[in-house]
Amino acid sequence: MENRGVVIQARNMVKKFGHFTANDNLNFDVYKGEIFGFLGANGAGKTTAIRILCGLSAPTSGKITVAGYDVHRQTESIKKNIGYMSQKFTLYDNLTVWENIRFYAGIYGMKLSAIKVKTDRLMKNLDLEHARDKRIASLPLGWKQKLAFSVAIFHDPKIVFLDEPTGGVDPITRRQFWDMIYETAHSGITVFVTTHYMDEAEYCDRVSIMVDGRIDALDTPAKLKKNYKAKTMNDVFLKLARGENVCPDSYRELNS
Amino acid sequence: MLILFGMPIAQILIFGYVVTNEIRDAKIAILDFSRDDITREITNKLTSSGYFQVYEVLKSNHDIEPALQRGIVKEVVVFEHDFADNIKRNGSAKVQLIADASDANHANLIVNYTRAIISDYAKDLAGIQNMPLQIVPKVRMLYNEELKGAFMFVPGTMALILMLVSAMMTSISIAREKELGTMEILLVSPLKPVQIILGKVTPYIGIAFINAVVIVLLGIFVFKMPIMGSNTLLMLECLLYITMALSLGILISTMSNSQQVAMFISMLALLLPTMLLSGFIFPIDNMPLVLQWLSYIIPPKYFIIILKNVMLKGTGIFFVWKETLILLSMTIFFIALSVRKFKTRLE
Repeated sequence: MENRGVVIQARNMVKKFGHFTANDNLNFDVYKGEIFGFLGANGAGKTTAIRILCGLSAPTSGKITVAGYDVHRQTESIKKNIGYMSQKFTLYDNLTVWENIRFYAGIYGMKLSAIKVKTDRLMKNLDLEHARDKRIASLPLGWKQKLAFSVAIFHDPKIVFLDEPTGGVDPITRRQFWDMIYETAHSGITVFVTTHYMDEAEYCDRVSIMVDGRIDALDTPAKLKKNYKAKTMNDVFLKLARGENVCPDSYRELNS
Repeated sequence: MLILFGMPIAQILIFGYVVTNEIRDAKIAILDFSRDDITREITNKLTSSGYFQVYEVLKSNHDIEPALQRGIVKEVVVFEHDFADNIKRNGSAKVQLIADASDANHANLIVNYTRAIISDYAKDLAGIQNMPLQIVPKVRMLYNEELKGAFMFVPGTMALILMLVSAMMTSISIAREKELGTMEILLVSPLKPVQIILGKVTPYIGIAFINAVVIVLLGIFVFKMPIMGSNTLLMLECLLYITMALSLGILISTMSNSQQVAMFISMLALLLPTMLLSGFIFPIDNMPLVLQWLSYIIPPKYFIIILKNVMLKGTGIFFVWKETLILLSMTIFFIALSVRKFKTRLE
């Protein structure tokens, strides 16, 4: 996997707010085309880390590159090469599906003709051709979710950040959504996803778990389960969250 | 807590003091062609009443108009030639009261107070001299001869509506984006914060400007309000005021995360002060000093002064440059502050 090329590289990433340390010396690599799960309890520092990687917030210290660009100086280039989907599936309710796509794609500087062609293909793939001119407000949540994701990767970013993308939707829709994520990763777009659902963590290629601003574990789900002698990712997560730092060998290797 | 207990207290105080129809230390000018004992005594009566303060003494008829145009002097009292002699000989003399009626109610009050004081004095004098005598006040309301309320309300309404449309709508629409989470997406996109703000603000500049034009047209055609000054100057001042209000709206939106909060702040911080402390409804001159100071930081106050000057008095930029400059610096201040706030929010 290591030779696939690194798209996100974080070395000694620190973010402090006054005396509070939100991100305490994070080190990790994310490889091209992988699904990278970014787990942690609320307040563990996930959001802060994502904001830094998206170029919204400057780290206090550390050497971090996203898509090959430095987060201190090249945030503009980073922004052009990433996609972002928030847990609110944010599309404009008052605009139609097509208007939303045209707006967001326009922001990324895509040409109208290219947007049109791609939208047609997308509508066909999603089976949403009939809804093209319907307003977002009238669509069911599952469709909104798929659309929000499609919009986030519409401009072919190198990395797409998904912030709890499956909140509030039923298990079947979630499963379908993960199919979309797999497809996206296959096409070469790196997927950086945060989630609270531990079964979803099992779908990721590799998973990092944050506790109190630190990354306490980082490996494939299978190895994590083995190392922590746990049956499911849920158990791994609980053990870590309770502070049972049983056997973080894999992580030590990466740090050393 | 602050809202629960602070609000009623602040409102009672503001309403109680603002909503009075008394005058206090109104600034007047005296043009005395006679300079005799009686005119001097009347002048003393006026000043010692506590209602008036002689701000300047004029020398000729030509001084009257400029004195009123500057907007500090609200009334000019003109004593005719040989005032005392006329009284002694004919038992009657004339005094002219010229009031700045760009604020109709205020002008009315001032003139009535002056009349009462003068007629009081005439009665006293008649008693002493034991003969019937008359001092005839001739009143002229400058800038609004018929004392039309509309002349006063059009500028005030304009200040109020432009403030509401620009500041409230911008702040609410930006807060809306934050509430929905679309702001997050926009911030992650290659768009620069300045572009986002400009994009949100541009439509409202257009809407507010159309509003301004509609109000002016209504004033002209429905209320027969004259535009004495330059239309270009009027529109430029409107544009400046709109920009100021918009930057205020952006500032409010950086402080609020939901539409309700934005609405509430706009109401409290913009609507009430604009109605009460800008001189729209209640003359600032009659307020207690503390509230007068407070009115100095209320932007609409300056806009209303500018509007009245340009619309009713027909003065040019020469007379309103100070107010324009104040509005301009307020605009720059608000923009700078909101850009700073906007940036720190991202951190």
